[in-house]
Amino acid sequence: MPGTRVISEGLFVIEADGPRLLAGRCAACGKLHFPAAPVCPYCGADGALETRVGPAARLCLYTAVLSRPPGYRGEVPYGFGVAELEGGLRVIARLTESRLERLRPGLALRLVVEPLCTDDDGTAILSYAFRPDEA
Amino acid sequence: MRPVYVAGVGLHPFGRFAEKSLTALGTHAVRAALADAGVGRGGFGAAFCGSVYGGVAAGHKVLTALGLSGVPIVNVEAGCASGGAALALGATAVASGRHDVVLVFGLEKMPRGIIRSSFFEPWREEAGLAATPAYFALRAQRLMLESDVRLEDLARVSAKNHRHGVANPYAMYRKALSVEEILASPVVCEPLRLLMLCAPNEGAAAVVLSARPTPVRVAAAALRSHHAGSVLGEHTPLSGLADDGVPTPTEMAAADAYAEAGLGPGDLHLVELQDTDAAREILSAEELGLCAKRGGGRWVRDGGGEMASRLPVNPSGGLLSKGEPLGASALGQIVELSWQLRGAAGPRQVPGAQVALAHTVGRGANACVVILTR
Repeated sequence: MPGTRVISEGLFVIEADGPRLLAGRCAACGKLHFPAAPVCPYCGADGALETRVGPAARLCLYTAVLSRPPGYRGEVPYGFGVAELEGGLRVIARLTESRLERLRPGLALRLVVEPLCTDDDGTAILSYAFRPDEA
Repeated sequence: MRPVYVAGVGLHPFGRFAEKSLTALGTHAVRAALADAGVGRGGFGAAFCGSVYGGVAAGHKVLTALGLSGVPIVNVEAGCASGGAALALGATAVASGRHDVVLVFGLEKMPRGIIRSSFFEPWREEAGLAATPAYFALRAQRLMLESDVRLEDLARVSAKNHRHGVANPYAMYRKALSVEEILASPVVCEPLRLLMLCAPNEGAAAVVLSARPTPVRVAAAALRSHHAGSVLGEHTPLSGLADDGVPTPTEMAAADAYAEAGLGPGDLHLVELQDTDAAREILSAEELGLCAKRGGGRWVRDGGGEMASRLPVNPSGGLLSKGEPLGASALGQIVELSWQLRGAAGPRQVPGAQVALAHTVGRGANACVVILTR
Protein backbone atom coordinates (compact mmCIF):
# COMPACT_ATOMS: atom_id res chain seq x y z
CA MET A 1 0.00 0.00 0.00
CA PRO A 2 1.43 3.37 -0.95
CA GLY A 3 2.64 5.40 1.99
CA THR A 4 2.69 9.05 2.82
CA ARG A 5 5.39 11.65 3.28
CA VAL A 6 5.25 15.09 4.83
CA ILE A 7 6.01 18.02 2.54
CA SER A 8 8.92 19.04 4.75
CA GLU A 9 10.16 17.81 8.10
CA GLY A 10 9.83 20.08 11.09
CA LEU A 11 6.76 22.08 10.00
CA PHE A 12 3.99 20.38 11.96
CA VAL A 13 3.08 17.51 14.29
CA ILE A 14 -0.23 15.76 14.80
CA GLU A 15 -1.56 15.53 18.34
CA ALA A 16 -4.67 13.73 19.59
CA ASP A 17 -6.92 16.78 19.24
CA GLY A 18 -5.45 18.06 15.98
CA PRO A 19 -2.26 19.22 14.33
CA ARG A 20 0.13 21.90 15.60
CA LEU A 21 2.61 24.08 13.72
CA LEU A 22 6.17 23.88 14.99
CA ALA A 23 6.99 27.50 15.68
CA GLY A 24 9.99 28.97 17.46
CA ARG A 25 9.71 31.21 20.50
CA CYS A 26 12.65 33.53 21.05
CA ALA A 27 14.12 33.22 24.55
CA ALA A 28 15.22 36.87 24.41
CA CYS A 29 12.34 38.85 22.85
CA GLY A 30 9.55 36.31 23.25
CA LYS A 31 8.29 36.61 19.66
CA LEU A 32 7.05 33.62 17.72
CA HIS A 33 8.28 32.70 14.25
CA PHE A 34 7.48 29.93 11.78
CA PRO A 35 9.03 27.62 10.70
CA ALA A 36 11.10 27.21 13.88
CA ALA A 37 14.67 28.38 13.37
CA PRO A 38 17.68 28.41 15.65
CA VAL A 39 18.08 32.20 15.37
CA CYS A 40 15.22 34.62 16.03
CA PRO A 41 14.45 36.51 12.78
CA TYR A 42 13.19 39.48 14.80
CA CYS A 43 16.10 40.15 17.18
CA GLY A 44 18.89 37.80 16.10
CA ALA A 45 19.17 36.03 19.44
CA ASP A 46 20.24 32.38 19.53
CA GLY A 47 18.40 29.64 21.33
CA ALA A 48 14.78 29.91 20.23
CA LEU A 49 12.63 27.18 21.79
CA GLU A 50 10.37 25.02 19.66
CA THR A 51 6.74 25.77 20.51
CA ARG A 52 3.63 23.98 19.27
CA VAL A 53 0.97 26.41 18.04
CA GLY A 54 -2.61 25.75 16.93
CA PRO A 55 -4.92 24.34 15.85
CA ALA A 56 -7.23 27.36 16.31
CA ALA A 57 -6.59 30.39 14.10
CA ARG A 58 -8.27 33.47 12.69
CA LEU A 59 -8.32 34.61 9.05
CA CYS A 60 -6.62 37.96 8.36
CA LEU A 61 -6.29 38.20 4.56
CA TYR A 62 -7.26 35.87 1.74
CA THR A 63 -7.49 35.37 -1.99
CA ALA A 64 -7.88 32.46 -4.40
CA VAL A 65 -5.11 31.12 -6.61
CA LEU A 66 -6.66 30.15 -9.93
CA SER A 67 -3.72 28.81 -11.90
CA ARG A 68 -0.99 26.48 -10.74
CA PRO A 69 2.13 28.29 -9.47
CA PRO A 70 5.59 26.80 -10.14
CA GLY A 71 6.28 23.56 -8.30
CA TYR A 72 2.69 23.03 -7.12
CA ARG A 73 0.90 19.81 -8.13
CA GLY A 74 -2.22 20.09 -5.99
CA GLU A 75 -5.70 21.11 -7.06
CA VAL A 76 -6.64 24.57 -8.31
CA PRO A 77 -8.28 26.81 -7.44
CA TYR A 78 -7.19 26.92 -3.82
CA GLY A 79 -7.46 29.49 -1.08
CA PHE A 80 -4.41 31.43 0.01
CA GLY A 81 -4.18 33.73 2.96
CA VAL A 82 -2.71 34.93 6.20
CA ALA A 83 -3.86 33.18 9.37
CA GLU A 84 -3.20 34.40 12.89
CA LEU A 85 -2.61 31.79 15.57
CA GLU A 86 -2.30 32.09 19.33
CA GLY A 87 0.48 34.36 20.51
CA GLY A 88 0.02 36.61 17.49
CA LEU A 89 1.88 34.29 15.10
CA ARG A 90 0.80 35.06 11.54
CA VAL A 91 1.56 32.61 8.75
CA ILE A 92 0.97 32.55 5.02
CA ALA A 93 -0.78 29.33 4.14
CA ARG A 94 -3.05 27.44 1.81
CA LEU A 95 -6.76 27.50 2.67
CA THR A 96 -9.01 24.54 1.97
CA GLU A 97 -11.77 26.94 0.91
CA SER A 98 -11.30 28.91 -2.32
CA ARG A 99 -14.88 30.27 -2.62
CA LEU A 100 -14.30 33.82 -1.50
CA GLU A 101 -17.93 34.36 -0.50
CA ARG A 102 -17.32 31.80 2.25
CA LEU A 103 -14.33 33.70 3.63
CA ARG A 104 -14.16 36.95 5.56
CA PRO A 105 -11.66 38.76 7.79
CA GLY A 106 -11.78 37.40 11.34
CA LEU A 107 -13.27 34.05 10.32
CA ALA A 108 -12.41 31.24 12.76
CA LEU A 109 -10.06 28.70 11.17
CA ARG A 110 -8.71 25.32 12.15
CA LEU A 111 -5.31 23.93 11.20
CA VAL A 112 -5.54 20.68 9.25
CA VAL A 113 -2.98 18.30 7.75
CA GLU A 114 -4.18 16.60 4.61
CA PRO A 115 -2.96 15.05 1.36
CA LEU A 116 -1.98 17.77 -1.12
CA CYS A 117 -1.06 15.62 -4.12
CA THR A 118 0.34 12.21 -4.96
CA ASP A 119 3.78 11.21 -6.22
CA ASP A 120 4.11 8.97 -9.29
CA ASP A 121 4.53 5.90 -7.05
CA GLY A 122 1.30 6.68 -5.22
CA THR A 123 2.86 8.25 -2.14
CA ALA A 124 0.54 10.91 -0.73
CA ILE A 125 2.21 14.18 0.21
CA LEU A 126 0.85 15.66 3.43
CA SER A 127 0.80 19.39 3.98
CA TYR A 128 -0.84 21.82 6.36
CA ALA A 129 -3.68 24.17 5.53
CA PHE A 130 -6.44 26.05 7.30
CA ARG A 131 -10.14 25.35 6.92
CA PRO A 132 -13.08 27.41 8.11
CA ASP A 133 -14.05 26.18 11.58
CA GLU A 134 -17.70 25.19 11.34
CA ALA A 135 -18.10 24.47 15.06
CA MET B 1 31.74 63.07 -0.14
CA ARG B 2 31.48 65.05 -3.38
CA PRO B 3 28.45 65.63 -5.62
CA VAL B 4 27.55 63.06 -8.29
CA TYR B 5 26.01 63.90 -11.67
CA VAL B 6 24.27 62.03 -14.48
CA ALA B 7 26.55 62.43 -17.50
CA GLY B 8 24.66 60.21 -19.92
CA VAL B 9 21.69 57.86 -20.23
CA GLY B 10 20.63 55.12 -22.64
CA LEU B 11 17.61 52.85 -22.91
CA HIS B 12 16.58 49.80 -24.90
CA PRO B 13 12.77 49.69 -25.21
CA PHE B 14 10.97 47.39 -22.76
CA GLY B 15 9.03 44.59 -24.45
CA ARG B 16 9.60 41.12 -25.89
CA PHE B 17 12.50 40.66 -28.31
CA ALA B 18 12.78 36.98 -29.20
CA GLU B 19 15.47 37.64 -31.80
CA LYS B 20 17.80 39.51 -29.42
CA SER B 21 20.12 38.08 -26.80
CA LEU B 22 20.33 39.49 -23.29
CA THR B 23 23.81 40.76 -24.11
CA ALA B 24 22.51 42.54 -27.22
CA LEU B 25 19.89 44.37 -25.15
CA GLY B 26 22.64 45.45 -22.76
CA THR B 27 25.09 46.63 -25.43
CA HIS B 28 22.34 48.78 -26.98
CA ALA B 29 21.68 50.65 -23.72
CA VAL B 30 25.36 50.91 -22.74
CA ARG B 31 26.43 52.31 -26.13
CA ALA B 32 23.62 54.86 -26.02
CA ALA B 33 24.57 56.02 -22.51
CA LEU B 34 28.29 56.25 -23.29
CA ALA B 35 27.56 58.20 -26.50
CA ASP B 36 25.22 60.52 -24.60
CA ALA B 37 27.97 61.13 -22.03
CA GLY B 38 30.72 61.46 -24.62
CA VAL B 39 32.64 58.70 -22.84
CA GLY B 40 34.64 56.09 -24.71
CA ARG B 41 36.97 53.20 -23.95
CA GLY B 42 38.93 53.92 -20.79
CA GLY B 43 36.50 56.68 -19.89
CA PHE B 44 34.96 55.01 -16.86
CA GLY B 45 36.65 53.46 -13.84
CA ALA B 46 34.15 50.79 -12.83
CA ALA B 47 30.85 49.25 -13.90
CA PHE B 48 27.87 48.03 -11.87
CA CYS B 49 25.26 45.83 -13.57
CA GLY B 50 21.83 44.96 -12.18
CA SER B 51 20.15 41.70 -13.24
CA VAL B 52 18.08 38.96 -11.60
CA TYR B 53 17.65 36.23 -14.20
CA GLY B 54 20.72 37.18 -16.27
CA GLY B 55 22.87 34.34 -14.97
CA VAL B 56 26.61 34.28 -14.45
CA ALA B 57 28.56 37.47 -15.21
CA ALA B 58 25.81 39.14 -17.22
CA GLY B 59 27.51 42.53 -16.97
CA HIS B 60 30.90 41.13 -17.97
CA LYS B 61 29.39 39.67 -21.13
CA VAL B 62 28.03 43.05 -22.20
CA LEU B 63 31.28 44.94 -21.67
CA THR B 64 33.29 42.10 -23.22
CA ALA B 65 31.11 42.29 -26.31
CA LEU B 66 31.91 46.00 -26.58
CA GLY B 67 35.65 45.66 -25.88
CA LEU B 68 35.20 47.70 -22.71
CA SER B 69 36.27 45.18 -20.07
CA GLY B 70 39.31 45.53 -17.85
CA VAL B 71 37.68 47.80 -15.27
CA PRO B 72 36.08 46.29 -12.15
CA ILE B 73 32.64 44.94 -13.10
CA VAL B 74 30.20 44.11 -10.29
CA ASN B 75 26.95 42.25 -10.94
CA VAL B 76 24.23 43.26 -8.52
CA GLU B 77 21.03 41.42 -7.61
CA ALA B 78 18.36 42.94 -5.37
CA GLY B 79 15.13 41.69 -6.95
CA CYS B 80 13.04 44.39 -8.60
CA ALA B 81 15.36 46.97 -7.03
CA SER B 82 18.54 45.55 -8.64
CA GLY B 83 19.14 48.55 -10.88
CA GLY B 84 18.59 50.91 -7.96
CA ALA B 85 21.10 48.97 -5.89
CA ALA B 86 23.63 49.18 -8.75
CA LEU B 87 23.03 52.93 -8.98
CA ALA B 88 23.51 53.37 -5.23
CA LEU B 89 26.85 51.52 -5.44
CA GLY B 90 27.96 53.54 -8.46
CA ALA B 91 27.01 56.84 -6.85
CA THR B 92 28.99 55.95 -3.73
CA ALA B 93 32.02 55.02 -5.86
CA VAL B 94 32.00 58.50 -7.43
CA ALA B 95 31.01 60.43 -4.29
CA SER B 96 33.82 58.82 -2.32
CA GLY B 97 36.42 59.85 -4.90
CA ARG B 98 37.31 56.26 -5.75
CA HIS B 99 36.30 56.83 -9.38
CA ASP B 100 35.57 59.98 -11.38
CA VAL B 101 33.23 58.26 -13.82
CA VAL B 102 31.34 54.97 -13.51
CA LEU B 103 28.94 53.06 -15.73
CA VAL B 104 25.75 51.67 -14.22
CA PHE B 105 23.47 49.46 -16.27
CA GLY B 106 20.72 46.91 -15.90
CA LEU B 107 19.34 44.26 -18.21
CA GLU B 108 16.82 41.45 -18.19
CA LYS B 109 15.05 38.84 -20.27
CA MET B 110 12.32 37.57 -17.98
CA PRO B 111 11.15 33.95 -18.35
CA ARG B 112 7.58 33.64 -19.62
CA GLY B 113 4.58 32.64 -17.52
CA ILE B 114 4.50 32.59 -13.74
CA ILE B 115 8.12 33.08 -12.89
CA ARG B 116 10.02 30.61 -10.78
CA SER B 117 12.06 32.26 -8.07
CA SER B 118 14.86 30.60 -6.10
CA PHE B 119 13.71 32.87 -3.27
CA PHE B 120 11.18 30.20 -2.30
CA GLU B 121 12.40 26.95 -0.75
CA PRO B 122 11.32 23.84 -2.74
CA TRP B 123 8.77 22.83 -0.09
CA ARG B 124 7.09 26.25 -0.34
CA GLU B 125 6.77 25.81 -4.10
CA GLU B 126 5.35 22.31 -3.63
CA ALA B 127 2.91 23.65 -1.01
CA GLY B 128 1.56 26.26 -3.44
CA LEU B 129 3.09 29.17 -1.54
CA ALA B 130 5.21 30.49 -4.45
CA ALA B 131 2.20 32.17 -6.07
CA THR B 132 3.63 35.67 -6.52
CA PRO B 133 0.43 37.39 -7.74
CA ALA B 134 -1.36 36.07 -4.65
CA TYR B 135 1.04 38.00 -2.40
CA PHE B 136 0.27 41.15 -4.41
CA ALA B 137 -3.43 40.35 -3.98
CA LEU B 138 -3.13 40.02 -0.19
CA ARG B 139 -1.29 43.33 -0.06
CA ALA B 140 -4.04 44.94 -2.13
CA GLN B 141 -6.75 43.45 0.07
CA ARG B 142 -4.98 44.72 3.18
CA LEU B 143 -4.83 48.22 1.70
CA MET B 144 -8.55 48.04 0.94
CA LEU B 145 -9.46 46.70 4.40
CA GLU B 146 -7.39 49.26 6.27
CA SER B 147 -8.40 52.32 4.26
CA ASP B 148 -11.11 53.44 1.86
CA VAL B 149 -9.26 52.29 -1.28
CA ARG B 150 -11.86 50.66 -3.56
CA LEU B 151 -11.61 48.34 -6.53
CA GLU B 152 -12.42 51.26 -8.85
CA ASP B 153 -9.45 53.16 -7.44
CA LEU B 154 -7.12 50.36 -8.49
CA ALA B 155 -8.59 50.57 -11.99
CA ARG B 156 -8.15 54.36 -12.00
CA VAL B 157 -4.43 53.99 -11.23
CA SER B 158 -3.99 51.51 -14.05
CA ALA B 159 -6.00 53.71 -16.45
CA LYS B 160 -3.82 56.71 -15.56
CA ASN B 161 -0.55 54.90 -16.16
CA HIS B 162 -1.76 53.37 -19.41
CA ARG B 163 -2.88 56.82 -20.54
CA HIS B 164 0.60 58.16 -19.77
CA GLY B 165 2.24 55.23 -21.53
CA VAL B 166 0.63 56.08 -24.86
CA ALA B 167 3.24 58.85 -25.27
CA ASN B 168 6.22 56.61 -24.42
CA PRO B 169 7.90 54.90 -27.41
CA TYR B 170 9.96 52.79 -24.98
CA ALA B 171 6.84 51.24 -23.36
CA MET B 172 5.50 47.76 -24.20
CA TYR B 173 1.83 48.76 -24.03
CA ARG B 174 0.82 52.06 -25.62
CA LYS B 175 -2.95 51.79 -25.59
CA ALA B 176 -5.26 53.85 -23.41
CA LEU B 177 -7.56 51.67 -21.29
CA SER B 178 -10.78 52.72 -19.62
CA VAL B 179 -11.62 52.02 -15.99
CA GLU B 180 -14.44 49.78 -17.26
CA GLU B 181 -12.10 47.76 -19.52
CA ILE B 182 -9.68 47.26 -16.65
CA LEU B 183 -12.43 46.15 -14.26
CA ALA B 184 -13.75 43.75 -16.88
CA SER B 185 -10.39 42.07 -17.49
CA PRO B 186 -9.97 38.54 -16.05
CA VAL B 187 -9.39 38.11 -12.33
CA VAL B 188 -5.84 36.89 -11.68
CA CYS B 189 -6.11 36.81 -7.88
CA GLU B 190 -9.01 38.64 -6.29
CA PRO B 191 -9.07 41.68 -6.09
CA LEU B 192 -6.45 42.08 -8.84
CA ARG B 193 -7.51 41.97 -12.47
CA LEU B 194 -5.11 41.21 -15.33
CA LEU B 195 -4.91 44.85 -16.41
CA MET B 196 -4.00 45.92 -12.88
CA LEU B 197 -0.74 43.91 -13.00
CA CYS B 198 2.48 44.69 -14.85
CA ALA B 199 3.90 42.18 -17.31
CA PRO B 200 7.39 40.76 -16.83
CA ASN B 201 9.38 41.42 -20.01
CA GLU B 202 12.78 42.37 -21.46
CA GLY B 203 14.86 45.49 -21.69
CA ALA B 204 18.00 47.33 -20.67
CA ALA B 205 18.94 50.74 -19.31
CA ALA B 206 22.27 52.45 -18.65
CA VAL B 207 23.46 55.55 -16.81
CA VAL B 208 26.91 57.17 -16.73
CA LEU B 209 27.68 58.87 -13.41
CA SER B 210 30.40 61.48 -13.12
CA ALA B 211 31.99 63.85 -10.64
CA ARG B 212 32.07 66.51 -13.39
CA PRO B 213 29.03 68.81 -13.10
CA THR B 214 26.17 68.32 -15.58
CA PRO B 215 22.60 69.67 -15.42
CA VAL B 216 21.32 66.56 -13.57
CA ARG B 217 22.61 65.83 -10.07
CA VAL B 218 22.10 62.65 -8.05
CA ALA B 219 20.99 64.35 -4.84
CA ALA B 220 20.37 61.05 -3.03
CA ALA B 221 20.51 57.30 -3.66
CA ALA B 222 19.29 55.30 -0.68
CA LEU B 223 18.87 51.55 -0.36
CA ARG B 224 17.34 49.77 2.63
CA SER B 225 16.20 46.25 3.51
CA HIS B 226 13.21 45.24 5.59
CA HIS B 227 12.90 45.08 9.34
CA ALA B 228 12.28 41.61 10.67
CA GLY B 229 8.68 40.50 10.40
CA SER B 230 7.45 43.01 7.85
CA VAL B 231 6.34 40.28 5.52
CA LEU B 232 3.51 41.94 3.67
CA GLY B 233 5.48 45.13 3.17
CA GLU B 234 6.77 42.99 0.35
CA HIS B 235 6.26 39.32 -0.41
CA THR B 236 8.71 37.76 1.99
CA PRO B 237 7.69 34.36 3.32
CA LEU B 238 9.09 34.90 6.79
CA SER B 239 6.77 34.79 9.69
CA GLY B 240 4.00 37.31 9.82
CA LEU B 241 2.46 40.57 8.83
CA ALA B 242 4.22 43.83 9.43
CA ASP B 243 3.78 44.78 13.04
CA ASP B 244 2.08 48.13 13.44
CA GLY B 245 4.67 50.85 13.68
CA VAL B 246 7.44 48.92 11.91
CA PRO B 247 8.64 51.11 9.03
CA THR B 248 8.71 49.46 5.59
CA PRO B 249 11.84 49.37 3.40
CA THR B 250 10.32 52.15 1.26
CA GLU B 251 9.67 54.37 4.28
CA MET B 252 13.21 53.85 5.51
CA ALA B 253 14.82 54.46 2.12
CA ALA B 254 12.63 57.53 1.55
CA ALA B 255 13.57 58.99 4.94
CA ASP B 256 17.26 58.46 4.13
CA ALA B 257 16.91 59.96 0.65
CA TYR B 258 14.94 63.02 1.79
CA ALA B 259 17.53 63.64 4.54
CA GLU B 260 20.47 63.19 2.16
CA ALA B 261 18.97 65.59 -0.39
CA GLY B 262 17.68 68.04 2.19
CA LEU B 263 14.29 67.86 0.45
CA GLY B 264 10.82 66.56 1.22
CA PRO B 265 7.81 65.27 -0.70
CA GLY B 266 6.54 68.84 -1.11
CA ASP B 267 9.63 69.76 -3.13
CA LEU B 268 9.12 67.08 -5.79
CA HIS B 269 7.98 67.90 -9.34
CA LEU B 270 7.53 64.35 -10.60
CA VAL B 271 7.88 60.77 -9.42
CA GLU B 272 8.47 57.39 -11.04
CA LEU B 273 7.43 54.77 -8.49
CA GLN B 274 6.94 51.03 -8.20
CA ASP B 275 3.62 50.03 -9.76
CA THR B 276 4.04 46.27 -10.22
CA ASP B 277 0.34 46.26 -9.48
CA ALA B 278 -2.11 49.13 -9.14
CA ALA B 279 -2.39 48.76 -5.36
CA ARG B 280 1.39 48.91 -5.09
CA GLU B 281 1.30 52.40 -6.66
CA ILE B 282 -1.14 53.62 -4.01
CA LEU B 283 0.88 52.03 -1.20
CA SER B 284 4.10 53.50 -2.67
CA ALA B 285 2.55 56.98 -2.79
CA GLU B 286 1.57 56.68 0.88
CA GLU B 287 4.98 55.31 1.93
CA LEU B 288 6.84 58.04 0.02
CA GLY B 289 4.71 60.72 1.67
CA LEU B 290 3.07 61.86 -1.60
CA CYS B 291 -0.30 61.60 0.16
CA ALA B 292 -1.49 60.93 3.69
CA LYS B 293 -1.17 57.47 5.24
CA ARG B 294 -4.42 55.65 4.45
CA GLY B 295 -5.30 58.59 2.24
CA GLY B 296 -4.35 56.85 -1.00
CA GLY B 297 -7.92 56.21 -2.09
CA ARG B 298 -8.85 59.84 -1.80
CA TRP B 299 -5.57 60.80 -3.52
CA VAL B 300 -6.49 58.66 -6.54
CA ARG B 301 -10.09 59.91 -6.68
CA ASP B 302 -8.84 63.52 -6.54
CA GLY B 303 -6.66 62.91 -9.60
CA GLY B 304 -3.39 62.39 -7.71
CA GLY B 305 -0.50 61.49 -10.00
CA GLU B 306 -2.22 62.66 -13.20
CA MET B 307 -0.10 64.64 -15.68
CA ALA B 308 -2.19 67.72 -14.97
CA SER B 309 -1.88 67.37 -11.19
CA ARG B 310 0.63 69.14 -8.96
CA LEU B 311 2.81 66.03 -8.83
CA PRO B 312 2.68 63.70 -11.85
CA VAL B 313 3.40 60.08 -10.92
CA ASN B 314 4.71 57.65 -13.51
CA PRO B 315 4.60 60.03 -16.51
CA SER B 316 6.47 57.28 -18.41
CA GLY B 317 3.42 55.05 -18.03
CA GLY B 318 5.05 53.16 -15.16
CA LEU B 319 5.71 49.46 -15.12
CA LEU B 320 2.02 48.89 -15.91
CA SER B 321 2.70 50.34 -19.39
CA LYS B 322 6.37 49.60 -19.83
CA GLY B 323 6.41 46.08 -18.38
CA GLU B 324 9.02 45.00 -15.88
CA PRO B 325 12.48 43.73 -16.82
CA LEU B 326 13.66 43.38 -13.21
CA GLY B 327 17.31 44.35 -13.54
CA ALA B 328 16.55 47.26 -15.89
CA SER B 329 13.36 48.73 -14.44
CA ALA B 330 14.91 50.95 -11.75
CA LEU B 331 17.48 52.40 -14.17
CA GLY B 332 14.73 52.90 -16.74
CA GLN B 333 13.21 55.30 -14.21
CA ILE B 334 16.54 57.14 -13.88
CA VAL B 335 16.81 57.48 -17.66
CA GLU B 336 13.25 58.83 -17.88
CA LEU B 337 13.76 61.30 -15.03
CA SER B 338 17.08 62.50 -16.49
CA TRP B 339 15.29 63.26 -19.76
CA GLN B 340 12.58 65.06 -17.81
CA LEU B 341 15.07 67.20 -15.89
CA ARG B 342 16.87 68.04 -19.14
CA GLY B 343 13.54 69.08 -20.64
CA ALA B 344 13.95 66.37 -23.27
CA ALA B 345 10.98 64.11 -22.52
CA GLY B 346 8.98 65.19 -25.56
CA PRO B 347 5.21 64.67 -25.24
CA ARG B 348 5.70 63.28 -21.70
CA GLN B 349 7.50 66.40 -20.48
CA VAL B 350 6.47 67.72 -17.08
CA PRO B 351 6.89 71.48 -17.51
CA GLY B 352 9.60 73.04 -15.36
CA ALA B 353 10.63 69.77 -13.72
CA GLN B 354 13.63 70.33 -11.43
CA VAL B 355 13.27 67.76 -8.63
CA ALA B 356 12.40 64.13 -9.35
CA LEU B 357 12.17 60.94 -7.32
CA ALA B 358 12.56 57.31 -8.42
CA HIS B 359 11.40 54.37 -6.31
CA THR B 360 11.66 50.59 -6.59
CA VAL B 361 10.87 47.75 -4.21
CA GLY B 362 12.34 44.29 -4.59
CA ARG B 363 12.23 40.81 -3.23
CA GLY B 364 14.32 40.47 -0.12
CA ALA B 365 12.58 42.73 0.79
CA ASN B 366 14.38 45.91 -0.09
CA ALA B 367 13.67 49.34 -1.51
CA CYS B 368 15.66 51.99 -3.34
CA VAL B 369 14.82 55.69 -3.50
CA VAL B 370 16.79 58.06 -5.74
CA ILE B 371 16.34 61.81 -5.93
CA LEU B 372 17.60 63.75 -8.97
CA THR B 373 17.76 67.53 -9.12
CA ARG B 374 18.44 70.05 -11.81
